[in-house]
Amino acid sequence: MPARRLTAVSPPGALFAALGALALLAPFMTVAANRIVAGEGVGIWTIAAPGAVAGGLATVALALLLGLLPRRPWLRLAGAALGLAGVVWLLGQGTQTLLEGAGDYARVSPAPGFWYLLVILGLLMADALSALSPGPLVRAGLLALALLAGAMVLQSDALAQLSIFREYDGRRAAFATAFWRHLGLAFGSLAVAAAIGFPLGIACHRNTRLRAALLPVLSFLQTIPSLAMFGIMIPLLGWVGDSVPGAAAFGIAGIGFAPAFLALVLYSLLPVVANTVAGLDSTPPAARDAARGMGMTSRQRLWQVELPLGLPVILAGLRIVLVQNIGLAVIAALIGGGGFGTFVFQGLNQTATDLILLGALPTVALALIAAIVMDILVDLTSPTPESHP
Amino acid sequence: MIEIDAITKVYDGTPAVDAVSLTVETGTITAIVGTSGSGKTTLLRMINRLVEPSSGEVRINGEPTTGLPKVTLRRRIGYAIQGHGLFPHHSVARNIGAVPRLLGWPRDEIRARVDELLELFSMPPDAFRDRYPGELSGGQQQRVGVARALASRPDMILMDEPFGALDPIIRTRAQEDLKRIQQALGSTILIVTHDMEEAIQLGDKVAVMDAGKLVQYAAPAEIIAKPATEFVAEMVGGVDRPLKMLSLVPVSEIVEEGAVDGPAIGAETSLRDALSTCLWSGRDALRVEREGRVVGHVTLAAIRARAEAHR
Ligand SMILES: Nc1ncnc2c1ncn2[C@@H]1O[C@H](COP(=O)(O)OP(=O)(O)O)[C@@H](O)[C@H]1O
Ligand SMILES: [Mg+2]
Repeated sequence: MPARRLTAVSPPGALFAALGALALLAPFMTVAANRIVAGEGVGIWTIAAPGAVAGGLATVALALLLGLLPRRPWLRLAGAALGLAGVVWLLGQGTQTLLEGAGDYARVSPAPGFWYLLVILGLLMADALSALSPGPLVRAGLLALALLAGAMVLQSDALAQLSIFREYDGRRAAFATAFWRHLGLAFGSLAVAAAIGFPLGIACHRNTRLRAALLPVLSFLQTIPSLAMFGIMIPLLGWVGDSVPGAAAFGIAGIGFAPAFLALVLYSLLPVVANTVAGLDSTPPAARDAARGMGMTSRQRLWQVELPLGLPVILAGLRIVLVQNIGLAVIAALIGGGGFGTFVFQGLNQTATDLILLGALPTVALALIAAIVMDILVDLTSPTPESHP
Repeated sequence: MIEIDAITKVYDGTPAVDAVSLTVETGTITAIVGTSGSGKTTLLRMINRLVEPSSGEVRINGEPTTGLPKVTLRRRIGYAIQGHGLFPHHSVARNIGAVPRLLGWPRDEIRARVDELLELFSMPPDAFRDRYPGELSGGQQQRVGVARALASRPDMILMDEPFGALDPIIRTRAQEDLKRIQQALGSTILIVTHDMEEAIQLGDKVAVMDAGKLVQYAAPAEIIAKPATEFVAEMVGGVDRPLKMLSLVPVSEIVEEGAVDGPAIGAETSLRDALSTCLWSGRDALRVEREGRVVGHVTLAAIRARAEAHR
């Protein structure tokens, strides 16, 4: 077995290498005369001076080659990180070179070739990480490193002339507002859903009839398409705002933050309640029986046995909700909810791709970070060490 | 003393336990034995009110168990179950200390008690205290489960097939441990088992259950010698090996010095016959003679020890 492994090549690594080579054929960047018109693709070979291109490509090639190693995941991880750095550096080089003499309104953006490489190297990294299966604290450290690297790239001037940052330049204040709005929508609705959902879940866990009645209703809410849900909120909250005294003063109206928030809360209830029930149910029956038999009250059983044992499942529910709501909050912009969706829909109206990306990319990053952080929390709360020696 | 008085549990019109009455003396082990589904678990769980009886009552030292809040009652009675039921997220020490903690013992007293119990079960405290159940072998988990039941020094302990999941060798050892510990502490133990050998090995008395009814309640030797029904005889059938062995061994092999009063038996009599003479005459020692001369005596305990040696 070990002998065979020594000679073999990592199958995902081979796939990534092949895809990476193909990605080099796609245009790496585009140059456009202004922010609206479609750009012209530029192959990676010509985005910058041959020396610079060769240097950047060398890191990518090294990353893909290291990815072929069947073992040594740390080396594969380091290779992928180096490759990513190289790709971003190439983007910076390309931005400078392509903008030279292209006119004041000219815009350069990353093209499919760039995104392919980004995704392939990202997958390579994920593959190496899953082989390493690092503990939660190491993962937290790696995430912090990645965030730091990202922040440094954004702070530096290397990419400042890229079209998406030009869009950002004109909207700094709006971006900050949208950021906080987005967080407010996603985390606020999560908090409210948790505050309602935990007690409901505990009640459903104890009372099978309540469970049988409530879960189908929540499932139904979950199946309403998001656009329809936001649409329903408009007349509903509009009516509340108009007819309940004082409601309007709290900002309750058919359009704006309130209906978007409420829709997200409704979407969140099923995962929170269902995972709370599942988490509490996951206590081994013998442990529950022993807890009862030794004279624990039902409250003691809940706090000392069922909740701690169910916490990872319950947190997994919150993870689903958080990631889901970060995504759904984009659509909230349609009913004036604010958030990053504002840029997405403005961009769609103006056919300004980079404005769309200004809304979409931070949303993706936020969802990714939230998912990783929640996974770390789930692991940290796992109550039992690996079983059996 | 536990008095179980005409206790019945009916599920969907069928009695799972049918008017069972029995009295358990303080400081003894009573083994409840029967086939699967005969109502043993239900009977046991009605004592600490995990199951409420349909009729009848249980009295502990004369007090009906319904006179106390359930939680208080349960904290006074040790409870160990098959599959141990340890809390996977708590260390061994925390598992064992669970009931003392519920009872509000001071921390250092709990710690001392946990170490004492780990010693008692031959698990060095320094090595085991901070481990998690998932890091123990099956036998160790089961011992921790039993230690947890003993932790608050309850006068009474209920055990539902505590050794059911253990392989035969570890099982014998666990049974010996339990017997030794019970003798040291003087606790009253009710243990459920489906294994007649285990019942006979452990029990001062054996209660045989069949289809919800108590069919015989007697000392092990009597259960073997005089099974009350076909069913008991069948269950004992599986354990006739020791008896067969006894019938092959002459009294002279285990004779002890010193004469006793009462009827005499010959030195070449089989242990099996000596055993039944003991049971018939109600004596626990018999005079042994050879050709009219007293050569010593033989005790019921010695016969039993010999029978157990052949298991
Ligand atoms: N909660 C319950 N509901 C319905 N029937 C039960 C329940 N508990 C036990 N029984 C039935 O009662 C009978 C005795 O069960 P039990 O006491 O568990 O037997 P044992 O422990 O001897 O195997 C079985 O037929 C079982 O199916
Ligand atoms: Mg049972």
